[in-house]
Amino acid sequence: MSLFLIAALPFLGALFPGLLIRAGRDACAFAAGLASLLAFVGLMTHAPAIFAGEVIHARVDWLPQLGLSANFFLDGLGFLFATLILSIGLLIILYARFYLSRQDPMGNFYTYLLLFQGAMVGIVTSDNILLLLIFWELTSLSSFLLIGFWKHLPEGRQGARMALTVTGMGGLAMIAGMLILGHIAGSYDISVILQNKEAIQSSDLYLPALLLILLGAFTKSAQFPFHFWLPHAMAAPTPVSAYLHSATMVKAGLFLMARLWPVLAGTDAWFYIVATTGLVTMLLGAVIALFKDDLKALLAFSTVSHLGLITMLLGFGTKAAAVGAVFHIINHATFKAALFMTAGIVDHEAHTRDIKRLGGLRHLMPVTFTIALVAGLSMAGIPPFNGFLSKEMMLELAAHTDWNGSHLLVPALATLAALFSVAYSFRFIAHTFLGPKREDYPGHPHDPGFGLWASPALLTVLVVVIGLFSGPVVGPLVQVTADAVTGAHPKVYLKLWHGFTPALYMSAGAIVGGLLLLMLHRWLDRAWNDAPRPEAKAIFEGIIARVTDLARGITDGLHNGAITRYAAIMVVFTLAVSIHAYTSGTLGLPTRKMMEIGLLPAVGWLLLVVATGCILLLHRNRFLSLILIGIVGLIVSLSFNYLSAPDLALTQISVEVVTIILMLLALNFMPKDTPIETPPLTRLRDGGIAVAAGVGIAALAYAMLMRDFSFESISAFHAANSYKGGGGTNMVNVILVDFRGFDTFGEIIVLGIAAMVIYALTEAVLASKVRAYLLNRKPDMLMAGDAHPGLMVVVTRVMMPVALMVAAYIFFRGHNLPGGGFIAGLIAAIAVVMQYMASGFGWAAERQRFPYHGIIGSGVLVAAATGLGAWFNNVPFLTSDFGYVHIEPLKEFELATAALFDLGVFLAVVGAVLLALESLARFAWQPGIDTDHAIDINPARDDLAANEKNEG
Amino acid sequence: MELLVASAIGILTAAGIYLMLRRRTFPVILGLSLLTYGVNIFLFATGRLVTGAPPILNKYAEVAYADPLPQALVLTAIVISFGMTAVVVMIALAAYLSAKDDNINMTHTTEAGEDA
Repeated sequence: MSLFLIAALPFLGALFPGLLIRAGRDACAFAAGLASLLAFVGLMTHAPAIFAGEVIHARVDWLPQLGLSANFFLDGLGFLFATLILSIGLLIILYARFYLSRQDPMGNFYTYLLLFQGAMVGIVTSDNILLLLIFWELTSLSSFLLIGFWKHLPEGRQGARMALTVTGMGGLAMIAGMLILGHIAGSYDISVILQNKEAIQSSDLYLPALLLILLGAFTKSAQFPFHFWLPHAMAAPTPVSAYLHSATMVKAGLFLMARLWPVLAGTDAWFYIVATTGLVTMLLGAVIALFKDDLKALLAFSTVSHLGLITMLLGFGTKAAAVGAVFHIINHATFKAALFMTAGIVDHEAHTRDIKRLGGLRHLMPVTFTIALVAGLSMAGIPPFNGFLSKEMMLELAAHTDWNGSHLLVPALATLAALFSVAYSFRFIAHTFLGPKREDYPGHPHDPGFGLWASPALLTVLVVVIGLFSGPVVGPLVQVTADAVTGAHPKVYLKLWHGFTPALYMSAGAIVGGLLLLMLHRWLDRAWNDAPRPEAKAIFEGIIARVTDLARGITDGLHNGAITRYAAIMVVFTLAVSIHAYTSGTLGLPTRKMMEIGLLPAVGWLLLVVATGCILLLHRNRFLSLILIGIVGLIVSLSFNYLSAPDLALTQISVEVVTIILMLLALNFMPKDTPIETPPLTRLRDGGIAVAAGVGIAALAYAMLMRDFSFESISAFHAANSYKGGGGTNMVNVILVDFRGFDTFGEIIVLGIAAMVIYALTEAVLASKVRAYLLNRKPDMLMAGDAHPGLMVVVTRVMMPVALMVAAYIFFRGHNLPGGGFIAGLIAAIAVVMQYMASGFGWAAERQRFPYHGIIGSGVLVAAATGLGAWFNNVPFLTSDFGYVHIEPLKEFELATAALFDLGVFLAVVGAVLLALESLARFAWQPGIDTDHAIDINPARDDLAANEKNEG
Repeated sequence: MELLVASAIGILTAAGIYLMLRRRTFPVILGLSLLTYGVNIFLFATGRLVTGAPPILNKYAEVAYADPLPQALVLTAIVISFGMTAVVVMIALAAYLSAKDDNINMTHTTEAGEDA
């Protein structure tokens, strides 16, 4: 099966549980399990090749220029992790089916779980570090959803947030580290990076890259001092803890260290950072675990400790240690997942996980007890279980490790950690299951159904089998994984009995010491609880609160709501950048000759300047300034016309009309004057800013206008291809509907959205208490004597067909002469708006048969359908076509698909303009104004018969 | 001619920015409209100024054409700026009707007197 499919199957499978939950919980679990199973089977099809030492690649280049490719590869290491993720995933899916109660949304659970599974499989099979980073962040996100699955529990939410914060920050650091690594190696492909050991280790950037990557790995794998999130993540449902926090997510950091082991390991920095962190974590986790009363917290700190063990082994940097690390990853996954599930079973049946309230369950839950016993002894490192084997390896390796010249430090601390490990493992077994039966369990403990204990039982079988027959069972797997981590590795021999080695004595000492500790537990526990010690959660929350306060302080300081200030800062900043560009750059001399100034342009310029000046002087009179801005708009459209841009002139003048109407509608409800609020000094300052910006832009425009293009413009292409390729002689229109059709398509959608926003705001405002104010509002200006003068009504109604005819004319000629959908749409909209103005809102609204939303939508759909039509001819979206047809008695004429696209533009513009204006006009509605029609002529004349009947 | 266009752009921009820095919504909207004119003319002018040469292909004679590309860009800019103006006007109106205040600075209403 393709690696793509293996990585994609969990994601595809994630769709089904959420949907199938309606078909029942079994169907839901079955769908989830099927996806995992298929991926697992697919993975196993590669097993023969992997065991033969091959590496499987699958590659799709996405943005090769940026080094972004969807590259997957599968070697021994990836195979081991993918096997763990998918197989334990299957067991967890089975377990969760029986663990979750009816109240839990199981569809969501399995969807999150599969998302997580897909992300994990993605991490371990990625060959591209950027791809790996994406999957890495996905595991953080999906584990956030899983940890916080019980949304109603505050601990769940807090734990999820803490996990996301810690692992997310680590992930960010890791992104930086990975990018540095890719920069040194010159490639983002892991298989290439792995070949560049010398280049990477000799680089100056090795240490920063190492630190950043380790930050990511340590946070993910809960290494000291980032270990604190893992116990808090135990608020998750137990299947999540068993999956994420024993077998998979927390191993992602280890995986990464193992993956990059060939290029990063072997230096002093690596040894002292990684091995020391691992050693400290191992010891600290083991000590704290002994004093935890919550079964899951005990297991969580034990996990922290075991992760530390593996980290330490990887940190040793020797090939033998890497083998030990790989072997312990397998062993830990088996016994710890089983133990978590056991803890879940106890919680499920006895309704408590508090060790102090448990004990004697051996008699009530014999099956669970057996599982817990075997897995627990393995965790303690008791022969003949698999935990013993890898722990012996660890002790053996520790015994031969010097730390800064000291021969004893590492072995002594490792033995101490092993001792505590024995103690908490025995405590888990003894205080939960042994001892006398109690009468005060919160629930009625008994062995659960087969479904719940099948998964841990299977894992326990593995614990025993691996322990007894390690060589034949997992030898080949450890071998290929070790090969993948360390390069070709000499033959790996796994066996139970190593002879009387130092490790054996250390192990024996640990067991005896551990038993002693357990006997003294009552006193030690009291001492521990009395001793002051830092509480990670309080520290974490304190830091978060400080950071939040700091962020709020900065935000409130900068973002204080004084929008005027923002605008001023923006203008001044732009000015400063421009001045810098001007002083640091060079300005070319003029290459063009100035055009002569005619009388007409001079008059236009004077009008524009005077009108603008008057706006500045009189802007406090809002009504007057609207009239003045109309003059400016008129001059602007005339200048467009004068400067060879007839399309722009037509567009500008029609937009001008609707804009002024829009502003008038709004002004109707707003104060008609602007008071003087700012002191003269402020106005002077604003004036200074404005004048500086104006002078700057004028100088820039002048400098630009006096020079020719520095580079050849692409406009020549449009001129050459407008008729040949686009079938039209109006280049501007051909650009809009053909060359840049996709832009135009986006634009009509934006315009439609703007109109919808206006409509939605109107609805929202009119639904609020503002409506009462509007209904009782008295006009603040003198009303016209006749709101709908008869003359105007008659003229506008006569004008209607004429205006629409003009719109049609402008539309059809648009491809070849100035015009087109935009302008025609504006003209048609103005024709309708005239009716609203002359005959009244109610009158016009009654005759409006198609809702404007629909017109916008149909416009966008027509344009989209035209574009899609190109696909049927096997050409890209929006490729236009044209031809000539001849129908008697008409002259031969051209038909272009671009015209159909333009129709979409036309409809969208009509709909958007009218929806915007109509929405604003609805504010003016008051009871009674509907009935008052100026000239009650119904064009349809359908009331004529009724009237006659009434008379007769 | 270039001088006229460049100075007109400058004047429109300066007036637009001055009004944009006022405290009430209506002058700010007016300022945005003026600024829009300035920006549109500037964009249009990047095609350089020509008279009597509309970008309509002439099948019968070799003639000069104005640069069609900035024109197409400005045409869409004009329509979009209408959409933008409409939304801003709507927001201003809704804010005024809801709060009975058309001051654009939010500090003014909550902490009266503190931020002049």
